[in-house]
This record gives sequence, structure tokens and C-alpha cells, in this order.
Amino acid sequence: MAKALKRVYVVLLFSFLYVPIAVMIAFSFNQSKSRTVWAGFTLDWYKQLFRNSAVLQALALSVVLALVSALIATVLGTMAAVGINRMRRRARSVVMNISYIPIVNPEIITGVSLMLLFVVAKTALSSIGGGWLAAGLLGIPSLLVAHITFNLPYVLFNVGPKLRQMDTNLYDAALDLGCNQRQAFFKVVLPEIMPAVFSSFLICLTYSIDDFTISYFTAGNQQTLPIAIFAMTRRRVSPEINALSAIIFMVILCIILVANYREDAGERKRRRNKRR
Amino acid sequence: MRTRRKGIAAPYLIWMVVFTVLPLLLVIYFAFTDKQGHPTMANLYSLGSYTNVFVLSLVLAVVATVLCLVIAYPISFMLSRLRAGRQGIALMLVMLPMWMNFLLRTYAWMSLLERNGLINRFLGLFGIGPFEMINTAGAVVLGMVYNYLPYMILPLYTAMLKIDSSIIEAAEDLGAGTWHKLWKILLPLSKPGIQTGITMVFVPAVSTFIISKMLGGGNFWLLGDLIESQFLGNAYNYNLGSAISLVLMVVVLLIMGFTGGFGQEDIEGVI
Repeated sequence: MAKALKRVYVVLLFSFLYVPIAVMIAFSFNQSKSRTVWAGFTLDWYKQLFRNSAVLQALALSVVLALVSALIATVLGTMAAVGINRMRRRARSVVMNISYIPIVNPEIITGVSLMLLFVVAKTALSSIGGGWLAAGLLGIPSLLVAHITFNLPYVLFNVGPKLRQMDTNLYDAALDLGCNQRQAFFKVVLPEIMPAVFSSFLICLTYSIDDFTISYFTAGNQQTLPIAIFAMTRRRVSPEINALSAIIFMVILCIILVANYREDAGERKRRRNKRR
Repeated sequence: MRTRRKGIAAPYLIWMVVFTVLPLLLVIYFAFTDKQGHPTMANLYSLGSYTNVFVLSLVLAVVATVLCLVIAYPISFMLSRLRAGRQGIALMLVMLPMWMNFLLRTYAWMSLLERNGLINRFLGLFGIGPFEMINTAGAVVLGMVYNYLPYMILPLYTAMLKIDSSIIEAAEDLGAGTWHKLWKILLPLSKPGIQTGITMVFVPAVSTFIISKMLGGGNFWLLGDLIESQFLGNAYNYNLGSAISLVLMVVVLLIMGFTGGFGQEDIEGVI
């Protein structure tokens, strides 16, 4: 009885999670525009999607924005993690508390507050004669700043623990053996924390590509991919969205499968090495 | 270790002060000034006329959070008791939908819930309905639960991993029934996960403006919609928008004070 109940619950839960996505993917191949009546198989919506220049431009902007903001956030965040690791306890806790702000604040507040900053900066710049600077501020520059800002704390919280796990003697040993501080960092510390740095970069990439709310308030006239999707859902029904969802779902599935496989392979390798 | 190098955290600190602390100070400044920049309390006083929006936001977010907790609790426990090799895959299956952009996830429900959507057609086969499902409060709550359920499962699962199975077995040996086990053993031991989960579901739910727009059809204005309309919509009043944002922040802080917020470990668990 309990076992049957358990099974029903699991089946219901997974249907709840996956039926909407499955329906969307199925209807991306539907010949008619209807979201409910099946009229035959077609790939037309995919063809239309790849000719939709607004979506393609938005995708390009999202990818570039993600790469640049993730790179800058990873570098700044890693530097910060190293520096903070050497601070006294009180200073460190102040910095950590500031770093929590973007994580715990509702996204809409982060978006709105950054928008206020850019609007105020724009007015201030115009009034001191920097009109040409002010004109371009709200758009790609503000998006970049916003994305770096919401990504930075995640780098800190990802790299920080890794640094604390590290044996500090290694760094001191490198100095004793004649490295200067820069060499000691690049030859000893960085290789040790590299996995965390790299995973931070990937986390930043996904957060940046996925973000809608904060971008929505800081994008000016620019369209990132999520903003373009939002615009599509507001207009009349278009099965192109289904096609886009299907593609995104498949891409994510592949990435996660590869990541899992590599993790498993790494795990096996580590175990084998241990046995030796 | 030498302390001289802590200066390399400086760019980060400056960045966070300029782009996180300063913008929040601006929100406070705008909330207490009028359009000419004179100090005023008018923005905060005028919030009284939006009491219904505040109440609706809180009610819908609380309902969605409770539903998430009830739905997520059993699956989180089951996940935490699986064999180590299977846990990874099962967890991946639960989290996979979360990697889709939430606009697409919400859009999927739009087409399912329509008046002549799939659910109504399915029910029609049995001669039931059609029901008015989209543009209802229920649809908005459903959207919240669907979008934020993983935020509840993950912290619950992390907390439950630490519960030793032998403790549960000991309770069984000592004659504890299912309810007794739940109330006396599982709930107390998974409390940190419950607190984190509540925070992580409630905060986005109370501040959303997309789910209410897409699934509520503009009939259900929430705090997020109110803020958005002041900054990007046609209402266009930064000062009022800032005042509402300020109140929203206070609500969130109160909730976190109540649940204890979440620790660094939880943030690491999420990323």
C-alpha cells in the first residue's frame, strides 16, 4: 500500500515536471499554429526560427555578454577571494555581508536599483558635458556591469572555500624556495584552486545567459535572448517559441550529460589512482 | 603569510560598493524624495492605497511556499536515501527542468491551461469542463510552484543527506509510527533545509512580476508588477517605485529574520 502510494507520487511529480516541456517540444513539430490540435509533422518553425533576425541577434548578444561578464567576474572574484582570505576576521565578515546582498535581494530590486544608478549617472554625465558618454550608457555597458555584479559573489563563494582548504605552507614553501609573491601565486596557488575558478566561470556563464529580470531593467533598447523570448510570449502565439525551447532543452541535456559523464570518469580515475 | 597582498581584493570591494551598496542607497533616497528631489514622506504614505496588492502578493507567495514544501518533502527524502550511484542521476532528473529559462517554463503552462488548451480538451473527453484555468489566482500559484519547486528540493535534500538512517531505524525499533517518525525525527533534523527552502521559494515568489503577467493575464497585480510599472510601464514614477521596493526589501528581511536566512553552505549547495 505504502509502496504503491510512493510510486503514484513519484509518477505524478515527474509528470508535473516534464509534461509541460514534452508538450512544448512535441508541438514544435506541429504543422498548424494551434497549441492543442495536432495537424501533422513539420520542421517549418525551426526554419522560421533560424531566419528570425531578432532572435539571432539576441542570441549573439547573450553569448558575448555571458563570455565577457563571466571572464571579468571570474578574474575580479578570484582576486577578491585571495585578498579576503588574508584579511582579519572582522574585515572579512564585513566583505562577506556585502557579498550576500545580491544573492539574497530579490532580483527585481537588484535590477531596479541598478537602473536608478544608470539613470542618475546619465543625468549627471549630461549635466557636466559628457553627453556622448551618457547616450551610450544604458544598453550594452549597463548590461555588462549588471551581469558582472550579480555574478561576482558566486565566484567569491565558490573559490573562497577552496582557498581555505589549501595548505598555506605550500605558499610559504614557494616563497622560501625563492619565488616572489607573483610567481608563488601563479605557480602554486592558482593551479591548486583552478577547478573552482573554472567552475565559477561556467556558473557565471549559465547565470548570465539565463538572466531575465535584472537584464530587463538595465538593457535600455538592447535585447538579450531572454528578453527576446519575453517579447515573443507577449505577441501573438508563435510556435517558434516551442522550437526554441526544444533546442535549448536539447543543448542543456547534452551539456549536463557530458558534465556528469566527465565527473564519473574523473571519480573512477581518482579511485584507481588511490588503489595504486 | 604576508598581509600586503590583501589589496588585490580592492577592485572587487570598489565594484561592490559602487554597483551594489550605492544603488540600494539610491533606492532609499528616491523613496523619500519627490520628483524635484525635495524630501517627502508622500511616497510611503500613498502605499496605503495598494494594501490589496501587498496582501495578495503575500498570500499567493505563502500558499506557493507551503505547497512547494509539501510536494518537495517526500521526494527530497527519497532522493537522500537512494544508493550513492543513483543519487546523481535522480537529482539531475529533478533539476533538469530548472535549467530551462523560466520564461519558457511559464509559457509551457500558458498553452496547457488555456480555455481550449490540452488540459481542458483532455477533460472534455470525459465530458468534464471546460474550466476557466488560466488568468486565475490558482494559475499564478501553479506557475510559482512549478518554477521554484527545485529551490525547495535542493536544500531539503542537502539537509536530509546528513540524517543517519540508523537514527530512523532506531526510532522504528522503539515503536515509532510513521507520523511519530516524521514529527519527532525527520522534521527536527531537516529543519535547516526547511528554513533555507522557505526563504529560497518565498523571496522570488513574493517579488515575481512575470508569472503573474503570463498566467494571471493582468488580473492579479503583485508587488513585482507594481514596481515594474513604476520603472518601465506607463505609471512611470521612480519615487513611488523606490518606496514599494523599499517595503519589499523590508518584507524579505523580516522573512529571513524569521527563517534565519541561509548560510554560506547553502549558497555553495545551490551553485
